[in-house]
Amino acid sequence: MFETLTLSALPPEDEALRPALRALIAEAIAELPTNRRARSWQGFDASFSRKLGQAGYLGLSLPKEYGGVGRGPFTRFVVVEELLSAGAPVAGHWIADRQSGPLIRHYGTEEQRQFYLPRISKGEALFCIGMSEPGSGSDLASVRSRADRQEDGSWLLNGQKIWTTNAMHSDYMIALVRTSGTSGDRQSGLSQLIVDLKLPGITIRPIVDLTGDAHFAEVFFDNVRLAPDALIGEEGQGWKQVTAELAFERSGPERIYSSVVLIDAWVRHLDAVGRKDSATLRLVGSLTAQLAVLREMSLAVTARLVAGESPVVEASLMKDLGTGFEQAVPQLIGDDLASHPDEAVDAELYRTLLYVTHIAPSFSLRGGTREILRGLIARGLGLR
Amino acid sequence: MDMQELIDPFARLIEDICTPAAIRAVEAAGDSAPMWQAFADSGFLDALVQEDAGGAGLSLADAAPLIALLGHYAVPLPVGDTMVARALLAAAGAELPDGPIAIATGSGAVPFGGVAAHILSGSPDAPVVTKAQTEPTGVHHDADAYAPAVDGRALRPVSAVLRALLISGAAGRVMDMTVAYANERSQFGKPIGKQQAVQQQLSVLAEQAVAARIAAAIGARSGLSPRLADAAVAKHGASLAAGQVAAIAHAVHGAIGISEEYDLQLLTRRLHGWRLADGSEGYWAGVLGELRAAAPAMATADFIRAA
Repeated sequence: MFETLTLSALPPEDEALRPALRALIAEAIAELPTNRRARSWQGFDASFSRKLGQAGYLGLSLPKEYGGVGRGPFTRFVVVEELLSAGAPVAGHWIADRQSGPLIRHYGTEEQRQFYLPRISKGEALFCIGMSEPGSGSDLASVRSRADRQEDGSWLLNGQKIWTTNAMHSDYMIALVRTSGTSGDRQSGLSQLIVDLKLPGITIRPIVDLTGDAHFAEVFFDNVRLAPDALIGEEGQGWKQVTAELAFERSGPERIYSSVVLIDAWVRHLDAVGRKDSATLRLVGSLTAQLAVLREMSLAVTARLVAGESPVVEASLMKDLGTGFEQAVPQLIGDDLASHPDEAVDAELYRTLLYVTHIAPSFSLRGGTREILRGLIARGLGLR
Repeated sequence: MDMQELIDPFARLIEDICTPAAIRAVEAAGDSAPMWQAFADSGFLDALVQEDAGGAGLSLADAAPLIALLGHYAVPLPVGDTMVARALLAAAGAELPDGPIAIATGSGAVPFGGVAAHILSGSPDAPVVTKAQTEPTGVHHDADAYAPAVDGRALRPVSAVLRALLISGAAGRVMDMTVAYANERSQFGKPIGKQQAVQQQLSVLAEQAVAARIAAAIGARSGLSPRLADAAVAKHGASLAAGQVAAIAHAVHGAIGISEEYDLQLLTRRLHGWRLADGSEGYWAGVLGELRAAAPAMATADFIRAA
């Protein structure tokens, strides 16, 4: 089982992107302290997103005719790996680049592609995804937000989304809503709509998290009138489209590198204090070895995307393993540092450690919880 | 060459000669000569020997699926070890001895030492063959044995990759067996595999089995003289998985899993032995940690790409 996951090499032309991209990143993070870089893909900087777009690092898998770069998932792997390893602030374009763009390309009309994709590739159209609702978390099929088709073909949207990453910074939301039936109909009757977040009737309230950041928000829709072409893909096929989209969301390097800024800072600390005992080296080596395997697994799933597949189960397997590692890192490094109470720890390293420690629970919540993913893997194994 | 043309006949050969009954007979100190002769006659023992020395000239990465099959079927003889040993000996221009060869890389139990005719020590460039003079471990039905007074620590990286490949094959089989059992065994009026608690455990087992396979492949990619970092990642990952895979498989199987007559133990005993052989996850973590700590200014992502 899962035999399609095999070692895959990145094409040399993608590897060749690294040096120029690094120069751009170095400029963006020069002033950022380590604990800000540890925000990983939750750090927001709209001007940096635009710079990346101008330099041709966004819309990598979108065709050139829509303003994209016409390359593919391997290219995006390289770019994302560079951005995350450095702790660059990527939240602005993240969702549009990772999943909204590919979704619109795949399911959108020609007009929708022409309208959205060139701006996504320039880092000028920022997207969020409206999935969770107050009563719908892991049980996503129970969403109650509702868009009713009007006689003139437009849509009237009412309801509420919550925990929507970056809603307050975004131009558009791709929302999963009910367009027919009732919540008892579950997966059928759901559709995806592109919502212009500047429309009247929309209220966005940021939610502050335990680290003091506000990266997610609640979004209220009160009789929001959407144009007929707000529908993306087929009416009633929202569930199928969301499932395919999640394969993009779950397998990338962002599922293994969320704690890597902390690891690098800790390795520099060990060097600075000259600690090289065997227990320390074993921990350094164990984290490094696990990350090396996870990276190859992530690359193997990316290769399935390149092959045109939708590796839903493989991506779930990858994400569960990867986020488990990401969450173990702050626990282990915290124990290591505090096992040496007489060793001076730089305050910036301590802030970074505690930031990652506090935010780590989110790693296995966002994009599908551990329990949901394991249910998907079980289905892939033939158990349900 | 299409590797599948080699993999399928090799799998059929093993299925024919390494039935669970035949494996148990060898483990109970029965005559292993006919089983060995079948492997010797198949020509597969020279799969890794270079072509100008009469072998098939496969790379270790090419042969990885063959070696994994040996783990998958719990083959009780050092077929993979002999493949590696014969390739190293042929490359060094040494004579190739008949009979099974085990590789000794430390003072712990040597995998298949108890059923080997020869012990390989020395280094990849200067391998040394000695007649097997081993001491039993005293562990029930153990094919492994101590081989005192030889020094093969320089063979540890390649042997670790070999062991990782065997682990990956056994782990994959254990996954298949455990999923099948969970679908068959019924309690509370339904197969236990319908219980979410069991499904969650089996998902972790599957993750670890895949991780072991990928880790082993990382080791195999740099050949019979693996880069130290590749060998470390391979054996660390495979050993880490071995313990978890065995534990979950037994938990799901319940009491039948620890009975001698049930085949799961043929695989899980090997998983544990191979986890400890040629350095455990902790040993290889130390090796890799030393390499990583020597480049503290490097980003971890860069280090693992270069490794």
